[in-house]
Amino acid sequence: MASTITGAQALVKILEAEGVKQVFGYPGGAVLPIYDALLDSEIEHVLVRHEQGSVHMANGYARTSGQVGVCMATSGPGATNLVTGIATAYMDSVPVVIITGQVATSMVGTDAFQEVDITGITIPITKHNYLVKETKDIPRIMKEAFHIARSGRPGPVLVDIPKDVASDICIAEPSDKVELRGYKPNYKGHPQQIERALKMINQSQKPVIYVGGGVINSRATEQLLEFAEKAQIPVTTTLMGLGSFPENHKLSLRMLGLHGTPFANYAVTQADLLIGLGVRFDDRVTGAIEKFAPQAKIIHIDIDPAEIGKNVGVDVPIVGDLRLVLIDLISKLEPQEHSEWLEQIRRWKAEHPLQYGQGGKLRPQYVMEKLGELTNHNALVTSDVGQHQMWAAQYYAFERPRGFLTSGGLGTMGYGFPAAIGAQMADRDALVVAVTGDGSFQMAMQEMGTAVEQDLPIKIMLFNNNCLALVRQLQHFYCDKRYTAVNFTGNPDFAKFAECYNAVGLKIETPEQVEPVLKEALNNGKLTIIEVKISEEELVLPMVPNARGLDEMVEFPYGEE
Amino acid sequence: MKHTLSVLVENRPGVLTRIAGLFARRGFNINSLAVGETEDPEVSRMTIVVDGEDERIIEQVTKQLNKLVDVIKLNDITQDEFVDRELIMIKVCCDSSNRAEIIQIVDIFRARIVDMGRNTVIIEATGDGGKVSAIETSLKPFGIKELVRTGKVALVRGAKNRHNE
Amino acid sequence: MTEVRKVGDSMKAKTLTGAEILIRALKEEGVEVIFGYPGGQVLHIYDALYNEKQIKHVLTRHEQGAAHAADGYARATDKPGVVLATSGPGATNLVTGIATAYMDSVPMVAITGQVACNMIGKDSFQEADITGITQPITKYSYLVKDVRDLARVIHEAFHIASTGRPGPVLVDIPKDVAVSSTEFVYPPEFDLPGYKYIYNGVTAKLTQVVEAIKKAEKPLIYAGGGIKASRAHAELLEFAERINAPVTTTMMGKGAFPDDHPLALGMPGMHGTSYANYSLSECDLLIGLGVRFDDRVTGRIDAFAPNAKVVHIDIDPAEVGKNVQIDIPLVGDVRKILTSLLKQVTAKQHKPWLDTVYQWRREYPLKYCTTTDVIKPQFVIEEIYKATNGEAFVTTETGQHQMWAAQYYKCKYPRQFMSSGGLGTMGYGFPAALGVQMAYPESIVFDIAGDGSIQMNSQELATAVHYQLPVNIAILNNNFLGMVRQWQDLFLDKRYSHTRLEGNPDFVKLAQAYGAEGLRVERPEDVRSAIEQAIKSPKPFVLDFVVEEEENVFPMVPPGGSLNKMLGGSD
Repeated sequence: MASTITGAQALVKILEAEGVKQVFGYPGGAVLPIYDALLDSEIEHVLVRHEQGSVHMANGYARTSGQVGVCMATSGPGATNLVTGIATAYMDSVPVVIITGQVATSMVGTDAFQEVDITGITIPITKHNYLVKETKDIPRIMKEAFHIARSGRPGPVLVDIPKDVASDICIAEPSDKVELRGYKPNYKGHPQQIERALKMINQSQKPVIYVGGGVINSRATEQLLEFAEKAQIPVTTTLMGLGSFPENHKLSLRMLGLHGTPFANYAVTQADLLIGLGVRFDDRVTGAIEKFAPQAKIIHIDIDPAEIGKNVGVDVPIVGDLRLVLIDLISKLEPQEHSEWLEQIRRWKAEHPLQYGQGGKLRPQYVMEKLGELTNHNALVTSDVGQHQMWAAQYYAFERPRGFLTSGGLGTMGYGFPAAIGAQMADRDALVVAVTGDGSFQMAMQEMGTAVEQDLPIKIMLFNNNCLALVRQLQHFYCDKRYTAVNFTGNPDFAKFAECYNAVGLKIETPEQVEPVLKEALNNGKLTIIEVKISEEELVLPMVPNARGLDEMVEFPYGEE
Repeated sequence: MKHTLSVLVENRPGVLTRIAGLFARRGFNINSLAVGETEDPEVSRMTIVVDGEDERIIEQVTKQLNKLVDVIKLNDITQDEFVDRELIMIKVCCDSSNRAEIIQIVDIFRARIVDMGRNTVIIEATGDGGKVSAIETSLKPFGIKELVRTGKVALVRGAKNRHNE
Repeated sequence: MTEVRKVGDSMKAKTLTGAEILIRALKEEGVEVIFGYPGGQVLHIYDALYNEKQIKHVLTRHEQGAAHAADGYARATDKPGVVLATSGPGATNLVTGIATAYMDSVPMVAITGQVACNMIGKDSFQEADITGITQPITKYSYLVKDVRDLARVIHEAFHIASTGRPGPVLVDIPKDVAVSSTEFVYPPEFDLPGYKYIYNGVTAKLTQVVEAIKKAEKPLIYAGGGIKASRAHAELLEFAERINAPVTTTMMGKGAFPDDHPLALGMPGMHGTSYANYSLSECDLLIGLGVRFDDRVTGRIDAFAPNAKVVHIDIDPAEVGKNVQIDIPLVGDVRKILTSLLKQVTAKQHKPWLDTVYQWRREYPLKYCTTTDVIKPQFVIEEIYKATNGEAFVTTETGQHQMWAAQYYKCKYPRQFMSSGGLGTMGYGFPAALGVQMAYPESIVFDIAGDGSIQMNSQELATAVHYQLPVNIAILNNNFLGMVRQWQDLFLDKRYSHTRLEGNPDFVKLAQAYGAEGLRVERPEDVRSAIEQAIKSPKPFVLDFVVEEEENVFPMVPPGGSLNKMLGGSD
């Protein structure tokens, strides 16, 4: 069923065929033909205010819906404005297809107006990228782009389309099959390795399951619960894995690592078996690598062979899709008990809970706890990067997968609010809360315009200490309290800021205001900024100092607290 | 220990950038890299020699390379039986007093003189890394004006080919 | 200035930490202001800035703002701008700013933190391969792996950024390099065998140029940003007057030749003046000085200056002959070459040619329809020009307002007008204005903006308030991405696909939320007084001009068309 259409029309057809419902973008000269074709499509276009917002929105959309997110920008600055967002998606393995316009093929390489070598720039931060040189290749390349983005270990794929390639006529052969001889992810775990893993699990007295974002990507959360319960193994999650295992479950150790719970960090340090599921053994998780899980044998199950053995030596590597491997493991596993070990963990939980300063002050940790309660731990929470991110991770108590979107790998300030917009676009009925700080919010605050235009009732919970307080915390610990360039004079009045966009601005300044103001915000059905005034001296605790092992945390109480 | 990687890649613009960039950004060192078309014009073969004492680094190199969509097949042939060759061209100072001596060295190494100027000759030699280095050392006393090496290319011996290796 | 540091053991010997070396080296390079944003991997570099008196650090609200501010600072002061950011997202947020500086040949040194050397390549927290990413958009980039290289690298970075054809250089410093110590010697020795420029030009070619000028009857000078980079504006003025040739300046060259000079023809190209474009099409000798023959200037290449012998003088040999066939290529520093030429060329008169050119100028001036009920955007620019006597620093964003600013704000000085010419970056103007105002606190600075562009970096209002920078932002608010809409209007049957901006903030309230001032202007008669109020105000001031929504920028050479066939040029 070949028909003669423009490259742009062919592109839009592929988007439709791939089931794309929404595209986040910003028009410009070089993408004019694509925008023109988009006008005749059912696909909804969300006009952002800065291209950086578009890719974060596509990211939030993808992580909420499990579908590939799509964003679009013009050549030159449009494309370069995407870089941070692409890198963010890359580090967190989020399936996003990015379409950029490019100057006409005859102009490529001449430093033409708004020309930039975006495929060159994004080589280090995409799973793959393409510069399309002929119109007839558009259907095949787009098909490949979606396939690569969503399969195996997901990630961003960029397709750069010169203006003439988009506007030229082509005979569009519908492309059904993807043939990539250099790309064949392995899904099924090796049976022998699975046998070895089972044996190791059977022999273990003190096992811990360590879960990352891979479990969410492979939709294996149900299998994880079944596996953990059948084997009676406690579960700790990374920042990216939060929500993959219900945090109020008795087997949950919650988050581990730099700002993890004491009981998770103790458990990992004491464990004799660590089962890593879709994790990276990232430096923020392991602390000093030589002190990480020193007594444990390690089973590492991941779709990406390059992650296995990258940072730590592994005893049993299993390359495959977590869901398939877990189903396999569960079917062969005898039910187990580890009552002594679980008893030890119960004691750690009682003796070393997460704690924060009480007294009359308004505490951010308390606000996060309250937010968890009032939303049944079931809201769709996004966060930016900084102290608030860690408090959200520590105190919200996530009960469901895809309930927490945050930039884990790249640590991108300015991610949270646009991601919330993408999330709310994917799920109009969800209660979406963007937890942010005054520094982070300012990195993407222009997207208020997008939220207003789309009429999204997002709750922006903004912890304001007029300070880049996580950097301040590092200066507190590592620079002898010499605080440099962390104080924000000139911050706006955030309530007034909300109002200039016709949104609602609320303030919380005392502990007593927390519950009523939160209730008001959660129920008003409107885009709302809730400014929570906190002290710049708050610290995120526990904290594993540089070059220390996980069990050498600084816990509460500490210092002047 | 040096590892020799034989890599089949899509013959497309930009592939070399992707591979070189990967080495740079992951902090791996390339000893030499040679690339050219294969019997299939859509496929190029790269022979990459990597310095790596630590086996885990070599493992990472191969795994990361394998992740590139344009990398079709990768083999670490270090432990296999393979034939490797490198081509070197050396421009050496040469006059009537030492010409005979130079020609003798060229003969010993089964090299060839490919160009002769008034005061210089260009010598071409092929061989494995050892031979190529040896001829370089032997010619050094005459004064090497310029030198170029292609880097190693290699093929596994026997019936294995890229469709079944 | 002596260093007094108690903390750290680096003072035991005469050694400094990498972070201290960096700051010392910056001071040696004469750096007074850096724009930046702290983070984990630059912690120690920031610590070395603690109590630093000689270098002022400006904390922006997004690294993109810092990069553009450093760019604006560099363009205004003729000194390299310096920007500092942390690893990962901090570094990637600089990318647009670096690319902007690269395309416009602005000297900039970008310093980024990086994860420790032993963590590189492991996808560590906030790790990004920024040297790889910026490879296509920097003049050069460094990843410093040994503290002993640091001083040399910084020195080289400033050298490369500011010599030859200027451009951005990135220096990526891993955290462990910033904390380890070595002896500090400055300036360090360096040798860059791969980096050489020819400055003086080849004599034989100079003679050819002199001959060509002698023979020409219809000469035209086409001057670009290279005049500013080589500080050749005085020589250009003398040269143009001597050979009696009209001068057209690209947007990047704006101010390199006084816009109010009788020989000035304004801007050429897509939205250039009719008379500049006609002159280009008719001239018999075209002398390109520090220009790129960019597609936005030339239109259809085979119809560009069809009757002219083309001379191209530029510092960058790769630019010569890149887009257009050149008859006399002359590689070298424009100022040095103009000085040589001035020694050899004699005064000439071209009355018939100038009569023709001036006739075009009288017949086809820049113009727009004035009305009394709606504000015309061009009118706003004219009023800003009048109210500031043409003396203000003007920065722009990218879009229609940029073209109107280039057309209607006449510049006298070479470093007066800052705009993203090559990359066409929306969001450049406001942070650039902050950089300019940092350099010249007493001067009047205007950012001419659109309602789309200003939202790209509106967060920097906080920076303006924080550092009390009384920048004036004139928003030509048409509720559209006007330039894209114009193309849809003219070339796509008015199919306005996603160019209408809904959900814009109330810009006056926005300014007020920051403690800045704002005014909404809806009637033509209020324009002038509003501008004057903004100029008088000691605070950052947002002027929200509600302008004709569907006004187009004319003249316009349609893309791929020849320069003498303009829309809206001759009627």
